[in-house]
Amino acid sequence: MMSALPAVTAAFLASLVEAVEALTIVLAVATVRGWRPAGFGALAGFVFLALIVLALGPVLDRVPLHLLQFVIGVMLLLFGMRWLRKAILRAAGVIPLHDEGATFASETAALRDEERQRVARLDRLAALASFKAVLLEGLEVVFVVIAVGAGGRFLVPASAGALLACVLVMAIGFVLHRPLARVPENTLKFAVGVMLSAFGVFWTGEGLGVPWPGEDLAIIAFAALFFSVAIAAIALTRRRLVEVSP
Amino acid sequence: MTGLANALRVVVELFVDDGALAIAIVAVVTLSAALAVLPPGQPLLAGIVLLGGCLAVLAANVLRAVQRRG
Repeated sequence: MMSALPAVTAAFLASLVEAVEALTIVLAVATVRGWRPAGFGALAGFVFLALIVLALGPVLDRVPLHLLQFVIGVMLLLFGMRWLRKAILRAAGVIPLHDEGATFASETAALRDEERQRVARLDRLAALASFKAVLLEGLEVVFVVIAVGAGGRFLVPASAGALLACVLVMAIGFVLHRPLARVPENTLKFAVGVMLSAFGVFWTGEGLGVPWPGEDLAIIAFAALFFSVAIAAIALTRRRLVEVSP
Repeated sequence: MTGLANALRVVVELFVDDGALAIAIVAVVTLSAALAVLPPGQPLLAGIVLLGGCLAVLAANVLRAVQRRG
Protein backbone atom coordinates (compact mmCIF):
# COMPACT_ATOMS: atom_id res chain seq x y z
CA MET A 1 0.00 0.00 0.00
CA MET A 2 1.40 3.35 -1.03
CA SER A 3 1.95 6.08 1.57
CA ALA A 4 -0.01 9.31 1.14
CA LEU A 5 3.00 11.38 2.19
CA PRO A 6 4.50 12.02 -1.30
CA ALA A 7 1.07 13.05 -2.63
CA VAL A 8 0.45 15.38 0.33
CA THR A 9 3.94 16.92 0.05
CA ALA A 10 3.62 17.52 -3.70
CA ALA A 11 0.15 19.05 -3.29
CA PHE A 12 1.33 21.23 -0.38
CA LEU A 13 4.42 22.60 -2.15
CA ALA A 14 2.67 23.20 -5.48
CA SER A 15 -0.21 24.94 -3.71
CA LEU A 16 2.23 27.09 -1.75
CA VAL A 17 3.69 28.47 -4.99
CA GLU A 18 0.32 29.05 -6.65
CA ALA A 19 -1.22 30.60 -3.53
CA VAL A 20 1.64 33.11 -3.32
CA GLU A 21 1.09 34.09 -6.96
CA ALA A 22 -2.69 34.48 -6.52
CA LEU A 23 -2.32 36.40 -3.26
CA THR A 24 0.08 38.86 -4.93
CA ILE A 25 -2.62 39.92 -7.42
CA VAL A 26 -5.41 39.96 -4.80
CA LEU A 27 -3.29 42.16 -2.52
CA ALA A 28 -2.49 44.51 -5.41
CA VAL A 29 -6.23 44.86 -6.15
CA ALA A 30 -6.98 45.42 -2.45
CA THR A 31 -4.26 48.06 -2.17
CA VAL A 32 -5.67 50.13 -5.04
CA ARG A 33 -9.43 49.48 -4.90
CA GLY A 34 -9.98 48.17 -1.37
CA TRP A 35 -10.86 44.80 0.07
CA ARG A 36 -14.45 44.68 -1.19
CA PRO A 37 -13.80 44.06 -4.91
CA ALA A 38 -10.63 42.10 -4.13
CA GLY A 39 -12.43 39.85 -1.66
CA PHE A 40 -15.50 39.46 -3.85
CA GLY A 41 -13.42 38.47 -6.87
CA ALA A 42 -11.33 36.04 -4.84
CA LEU A 43 -14.42 34.48 -3.27
CA ALA A 44 -16.06 34.08 -6.68
CA GLY A 45 -12.87 32.41 -7.91
CA PHE A 46 -12.91 29.97 -4.96
CA VAL A 47 -16.58 29.11 -5.56
CA PHE A 48 -15.94 28.46 -9.26
CA LEU A 49 -12.99 26.20 -8.39
CA ALA A 50 -15.10 24.33 -5.83
CA LEU A 51 -17.74 23.72 -8.52
CA ILE A 52 -15.07 22.31 -10.85
CA VAL A 53 -13.84 19.94 -8.11
CA LEU A 54 -17.40 18.88 -7.24
CA ALA A 55 -18.12 18.20 -10.91
CA LEU A 56 -14.90 16.23 -11.51
CA GLY A 57 -14.89 14.18 -8.27
CA PRO A 58 -17.75 11.76 -9.05
CA VAL A 59 -16.54 11.34 -12.66
CA LEU A 60 -13.08 10.20 -11.48
CA ASP A 61 -14.55 7.37 -9.38
CA ARG A 62 -16.17 5.86 -12.48
CA VAL A 63 -13.01 5.77 -14.61
CA PRO A 64 -11.09 2.44 -14.57
CA LEU A 65 -7.95 2.79 -12.43
CA HIS A 66 -5.43 1.86 -15.18
CA LEU A 67 -6.94 4.37 -17.61
CA LEU A 68 -7.04 7.05 -14.90
CA GLN A 69 -3.39 6.37 -13.98
CA PHE A 70 -2.29 6.55 -17.63
CA VAL A 71 -4.16 9.77 -18.47
CA ILE A 72 -3.14 11.49 -15.22
CA GLY A 73 0.42 10.22 -15.61
CA VAL A 74 0.76 11.78 -19.06
CA MET A 75 -0.78 15.04 -17.83
CA LEU A 76 1.60 15.04 -14.86
CA LEU A 77 4.57 14.53 -17.20
CA LEU A 78 3.47 17.48 -19.35
CA PHE A 79 2.75 19.67 -16.33
CA GLY A 80 5.70 18.62 -14.13
CA MET A 81 8.35 18.70 -16.84
CA ARG A 82 7.07 22.11 -17.94
CA TRP A 83 7.65 23.40 -14.40
CA LEU A 84 11.00 21.64 -14.10
CA ARG A 85 12.24 22.98 -17.46
CA LYS A 86 11.34 26.53 -16.47
CA ALA A 87 12.90 26.15 -13.00
CA ILE A 88 16.13 24.84 -14.58
CA LEU A 89 16.28 27.72 -17.08
CA ARG A 90 15.61 30.23 -14.28
CA ALA A 91 18.20 28.68 -11.96
CA ALA A 92 20.76 28.76 -14.77
CA GLY A 93 19.98 32.39 -15.59
CA VAL A 94 18.61 31.77 -19.09
CA ILE A 95 15.27 33.37 -18.19
CA PRO A 96 14.72 35.85 -15.33
CA LEU A 97 13.42 34.72 -11.93
CA HIS A 98 9.75 35.29 -11.19
CA ASP A 99 9.59 38.37 -8.95
CA GLU A 100 6.45 38.68 -6.80
CA GLY A 101 7.49 42.21 -5.79
CA ALA A 102 7.63 43.26 -9.45
CA THR A 103 4.29 41.56 -10.19
CA PHE A 104 2.69 43.37 -7.25
CA ALA A 105 4.15 46.70 -8.43
CA SER A 106 3.08 46.28 -12.06
CA GLU A 107 -0.45 45.10 -11.13
CA THR A 108 -0.84 48.04 -8.72
CA ALA A 109 0.48 50.50 -11.34
CA ALA A 110 -1.90 49.15 -14.00
CA LEU A 111 -4.92 49.52 -11.72
CA ARG A 112 -3.83 53.04 -10.66
CA ASP A 113 -3.39 53.98 -14.30
CA GLU A 114 -6.93 52.84 -15.05
CA GLU A 115 -8.14 54.73 -11.99
CA ARG A 116 -6.58 57.91 -13.32
CA GLN A 117 -8.31 57.38 -16.64
CA ARG A 118 -11.60 57.00 -14.71
CA VAL A 119 -12.47 53.72 -16.36
CA ALA A 120 -16.15 53.00 -15.91
CA ARG A 121 -17.12 50.26 -13.46
CA LEU A 122 -13.60 50.10 -12.08
CA ASP A 123 -14.61 47.98 -9.10
CA ARG A 124 -15.91 45.33 -11.46
CA LEU A 125 -12.56 45.34 -13.28
CA ALA A 126 -10.72 45.05 -9.97
CA ALA A 127 -12.94 42.16 -8.86
CA LEU A 128 -12.38 40.49 -12.24
CA ALA A 129 -8.58 40.76 -11.83
CA SER A 130 -8.86 39.16 -8.40
CA PHE A 131 -11.23 36.46 -9.73
CA LYS A 132 -8.94 35.59 -12.64
CA ALA A 133 -5.88 35.35 -10.39
CA VAL A 134 -7.58 32.96 -7.97
CA LEU A 135 -9.15 30.93 -10.79
CA LEU A 136 -6.03 30.58 -12.94
CA GLU A 137 -3.61 29.80 -10.10
CA GLY A 138 -6.30 27.70 -8.40
CA LEU A 139 -6.77 25.60 -11.55
CA GLU A 140 -3.15 24.51 -11.27
CA VAL A 141 -3.70 23.61 -7.60
CA VAL A 142 -6.84 21.62 -8.49
CA PHE A 143 -4.98 19.77 -11.23
CA VAL A 144 -2.04 18.88 -8.95
CA VAL A 145 -4.39 17.69 -6.19
CA ILE A 146 -6.41 15.55 -8.59
CA ALA A 147 -3.31 14.26 -10.34
CA VAL A 148 -1.24 13.25 -7.32
CA GLY A 149 -4.31 12.22 -5.33
CA ALA A 150 -6.48 10.36 -7.80
CA GLY A 151 -3.81 8.00 -9.20
CA GLY A 152 -3.37 6.38 -5.78
CA ARG A 153 -6.82 7.26 -4.43
CA PHE A 154 -5.39 9.92 -2.06
CA LEU A 155 -7.68 12.79 -3.02
CA VAL A 156 -8.60 13.71 0.55
CA PRO A 157 -5.04 13.86 2.00
CA ALA A 158 -3.78 15.70 -1.11
CA SER A 159 -6.66 18.20 -0.80
CA ALA A 160 -5.80 18.69 2.88
CA GLY A 161 -2.17 19.42 1.97
CA ALA A 162 -3.25 21.96 -0.66
CA LEU A 163 -5.76 23.59 1.67
CA LEU A 164 -3.15 23.87 4.44
CA ALA A 165 -0.75 25.64 2.05
CA CYS A 166 -3.44 28.08 0.87
CA VAL A 167 -4.56 28.91 4.41
CA LEU A 168 -0.93 29.37 5.50
CA VAL A 169 -0.13 31.75 2.63
CA MET A 170 -3.38 33.71 3.09
CA ALA A 171 -2.78 34.09 6.85
CA ILE A 172 0.80 35.32 6.38
CA GLY A 173 -0.21 37.58 3.48
CA PHE A 174 -3.05 39.22 5.35
CA VAL A 175 -0.88 39.78 8.43
CA LEU A 176 1.97 41.28 6.39
CA HIS A 177 -0.30 43.10 3.90
CA ARG A 178 2.26 42.60 1.16
CA PRO A 179 3.22 39.73 -1.15
CA LEU A 180 5.47 36.99 0.13
CA ALA A 181 8.44 38.07 -1.94
CA ARG A 182 10.93 36.04 0.07
CA VAL A 183 9.42 32.67 -0.68
CA PRO A 184 12.09 30.84 -2.71
CA GLU A 185 9.63 30.29 -5.52
CA ASN A 186 12.03 28.84 -8.06
CA THR A 187 13.41 26.35 -5.53
CA LEU A 188 9.86 25.25 -4.70
CA LYS A 189 8.96 24.98 -8.39
CA PHE A 190 12.12 22.98 -8.98
CA ALA A 191 11.24 20.57 -6.14
CA VAL A 192 7.62 20.25 -7.25
CA GLY A 193 8.67 19.81 -10.88
CA VAL A 194 10.96 16.93 -9.86
CA MET A 195 8.21 15.29 -7.76
CA LEU A 196 5.46 15.69 -10.38
CA SER A 197 7.71 14.38 -13.16
CA ALA A 198 8.58 11.34 -11.01
CA PHE A 199 4.87 10.77 -10.26
CA GLY A 200 4.14 11.20 -13.98
CA VAL A 201 6.58 8.47 -15.06
CA PHE A 202 5.28 6.17 -12.30
CA TRP A 203 1.56 6.59 -13.04
CA THR A 204 2.02 6.44 -16.83
CA GLY A 205 3.96 3.20 -16.38
CA GLU A 206 1.37 1.81 -13.95
CA GLY A 207 -1.34 2.61 -16.49
CA LEU A 208 0.61 0.65 -19.13
CA GLY A 209 1.14 -2.28 -16.75
CA VAL A 210 4.89 -1.71 -16.19
CA PRO A 211 6.09 -3.89 -13.26
CA TRP A 212 8.25 -1.20 -11.59
CA PRO A 213 10.99 -2.79 -9.45
CA GLY A 214 10.38 -1.87 -5.81
CA GLU A 215 6.80 -0.86 -6.70
CA ASP A 216 5.95 2.50 -5.03
CA LEU A 217 9.54 3.01 -3.87
CA ALA A 218 10.42 3.47 -7.53
CA ILE A 219 8.98 7.01 -7.28
CA ILE A 220 11.86 7.98 -4.97
CA ALA A 221 14.40 6.58 -7.44
CA PHE A 222 12.69 8.44 -10.33
CA ALA A 223 12.74 11.68 -8.31
CA ALA A 224 16.46 11.18 -7.60
CA LEU A 225 17.12 10.65 -11.32
CA PHE A 226 15.12 13.74 -12.38
CA PHE A 227 16.90 15.75 -9.67
CA SER A 228 20.34 14.59 -10.86
CA VAL A 229 19.60 15.32 -14.52
CA ALA A 230 18.16 18.74 -13.63
CA ILE A 231 21.20 19.67 -11.51
CA ALA A 232 23.54 18.51 -14.28
CA ALA A 233 21.50 20.50 -16.83
CA ILE A 234 21.80 23.66 -14.69
CA ALA A 235 25.58 23.24 -14.38
CA LEU A 236 25.99 22.55 -18.11
CA THR A 237 23.72 25.44 -19.06
CA ARG A 238 25.62 27.88 -16.83
CA ARG A 239 28.92 26.75 -18.37
CA ARG A 240 27.53 27.19 -21.91
CA LEU A 241 26.24 30.65 -21.03
CA VAL A 242 29.71 31.68 -19.79
CA GLU A 243 31.25 30.31 -23.01
CA VAL A 244 28.88 32.19 -25.34
CA SER A 245 28.84 35.47 -23.38
CA PRO A 246 31.26 38.13 -24.78
CA MET B 1 -17.22 31.72 -28.47
CA THR B 2 -14.23 33.91 -27.63
CA GLY B 3 -14.73 33.13 -23.93
CA LEU B 4 -14.74 29.40 -24.63
CA ALA B 5 -11.63 29.69 -26.80
CA ASN B 6 -9.89 31.68 -24.07
CA ALA B 7 -10.84 29.09 -21.45
CA LEU B 8 -9.55 26.31 -23.67
CA ARG B 9 -6.31 28.19 -24.26
CA VAL B 10 -5.82 28.62 -20.50
CA VAL B 11 -6.32 24.88 -19.93
CA VAL B 12 -3.89 23.97 -22.73
CA GLU B 13 -1.32 26.44 -21.37
CA LEU B 14 -1.44 24.57 -18.05
CA PHE B 15 0.32 21.68 -19.77
CA VAL B 16 2.04 23.16 -22.79
CA ASP B 17 4.56 25.96 -22.49
CA ASP B 18 7.18 24.86 -24.98
CA GLY B 19 5.55 23.00 -27.89
CA ALA B 20 8.68 21.01 -28.70
CA LEU B 21 8.87 19.68 -25.12
CA ALA B 22 5.21 18.60 -25.15
CA ILE B 23 5.54 16.88 -28.55
CA ALA B 24 8.69 15.06 -27.42
CA ILE B 25 6.99 13.84 -24.20
CA VAL B 26 3.97 12.59 -26.15
CA ALA B 27 6.32 10.80 -28.61
CA VAL B 28 8.15 9.06 -25.73
CA VAL B 29 4.83 8.03 -24.13
CA THR B 30 3.53 6.73 -27.49
CA LEU B 31 6.68 4.67 -28.08
CA SER B 32 6.51 3.31 -24.55
CA ALA B 33 2.81 2.46 -24.91
CA ALA B 34 3.51 0.66 -28.19
CA LEU B 35 6.20 -1.45 -26.52
CA ALA B 36 3.87 -2.32 -23.64
CA VAL B 37 0.74 -3.04 -25.62
CA LEU B 38 1.80 -4.40 -29.02
CA PRO B 39 2.88 -8.08 -29.16
CA PRO B 40 5.21 -9.31 -27.85
CA GLY B 41 4.29 -6.99 -24.91
CA GLN B 42 7.46 -5.89 -23.13
CA PRO B 43 6.23 -3.78 -20.19
CA LEU B 44 9.58 -3.55 -18.40
CA LEU B 45 11.32 -2.33 -21.57
CA ALA B 46 8.43 0.12 -22.00
CA GLY B 47 9.14 1.46 -18.50
CA ILE B 48 12.85 1.87 -19.25
CA VAL B 49 12.07 3.72 -22.49
CA LEU B 50 9.55 5.93 -20.68
CA LEU B 51 11.93 6.92 -17.87
CA GLY B 52 15.06 7.25 -20.03
CA GLY B 53 13.16 9.05 -22.76
CA CYS B 54 11.69 11.64 -20.40
CA LEU B 55 15.08 12.35 -18.82
CA ALA B 56 16.73 12.67 -22.24
CA VAL B 57 13.94 14.92 -23.53
CA LEU B 58 14.30 17.23 -20.52
CA ALA B 59 18.08 17.55 -20.86
CA ALA B 60 17.94 18.03 -24.63
CA ASN B 61 15.19 20.65 -24.40
CA VAL B 62 17.07 22.72 -21.81
CA LEU B 63 20.31 22.62 -23.82
CA ARG B 64 18.42 23.58 -26.98
CA ALA B 65 16.95 26.58 -25.16
CA VAL B 66 20.48 27.77 -24.35
CA GLN B 67 21.61 27.29 -27.95
CA ARG B 68 18.62 29.29 -29.19
CA ARG B 69 19.50 32.09 -26.78
CA GLY B 70 23.17 32.02 -27.78
